Amino acid sequence: MIAHAIFFYTFSIIAVVSAIMVTASKNTVHSVFFLILDFISISCLFIMIGAEFLGMIMLIVYVGAVAVLFLFVVMMLNVAQQKNQWFSGQQSSRHIPVGLIISTLIFFEIIIVIGGWKYKPEIFDINNSVSQASISNTHSLGQILYTDYIHVFQISGMILLVAMVGAIVLTFRQRLGVKRQSYIKQISRERAEGVEVLEVQSNKGVKLDD
Amino acid sequence: MIDIGLGHYLTLGAVIFSIGVIGIFLNRKNIIVILMSIELILLAVNINLVAFSIYLGDLAGQVFTLFILTVAAAEAAIGLAIIVVYFRNSGTIRVEEIDKLKG
Repeated sequence: MIAHAIFFYTFSIIAVVSAIMVTASKNTVHSVFFLILDFISISCLFIMIGAEFLGMIMLIVYVGAVAVLFLFVVMMLNVAQQKNQWFSGQQSSRHIPVGLIISTLIFFEIIIVIGGWKYKPEIFDINNSVSQASISNTHSLGQILYTDYIHVFQISGMILLVAMVGAIVLTFRQRLGVKRQSYIKQISRERAEGVEVLEVQSNKGVKLDD
Repeated sequence: MIDIGLGHYLTLGAVIFSIGVIGIFLNRKNIIVILMSIELILLAVNINLVAFSIYLGDLAGQVFTLFILTVAAAEAAIGLAIIVVYFRNSGTIRVEEIDKLKG
């Protein structure tokens, strides 16, 4: 129990500090790296409380894909030099009290809800209980993901497909003046447009490209 | 304090959620940091769902965390694509200089 507490406080302090640094660091690249650190510590917490599959998926999806995508865009757009002027600019300082008030309000609302929350076991009907201890977390997750939630699962696959198509359509552009290979043009060449038989007279030669 | 329960995880989720909201409001840099704050907010929601799922013994929370992960990945991809297109068109993604919609 004490080890649980030590690990929880370590990882949650790392997570909170890196979340603060995501919003507060001057360089955008640094905030992407702090975002990665945040995801890693939260996935360690997930693994620690028994959701191993989700922890690993968080590592793969967030650290491996999303954060690298952010890093890619930050480096591609060359915005790392644009320094952060939080407290120096005059017109920007009026946003700070509004943001602080609203976020502390939200925080205390959530805390009040957590404090007043009580679990009533008699009205709570568990459908998808974590059944036997012999089945691992991944097994039991797969057993209900592919049976009860199969339609939602397929819809989420459709969402990913639409997102992929949308991202490609948004960022695709056709450049002018770039020579490309066109297979259909190469394959559909006829003899008539490639070869010409000429009657060459002596001492005249053949004139090309006329 | 030593006995870690559901309330600790929910408090951690609340703290990260609030930091994400602060990040959206206080951001004076570029719009990529706002997207990262949205990712932080989704992460806080995931923490809540997983903590409830573990402590109530119901796996539905973890399944919904998977779906939130999917939606977050799709949202990040589309948002970054929009940012790239905007940067290509107008040359800046600073928050106070994005005023084409006159909002």
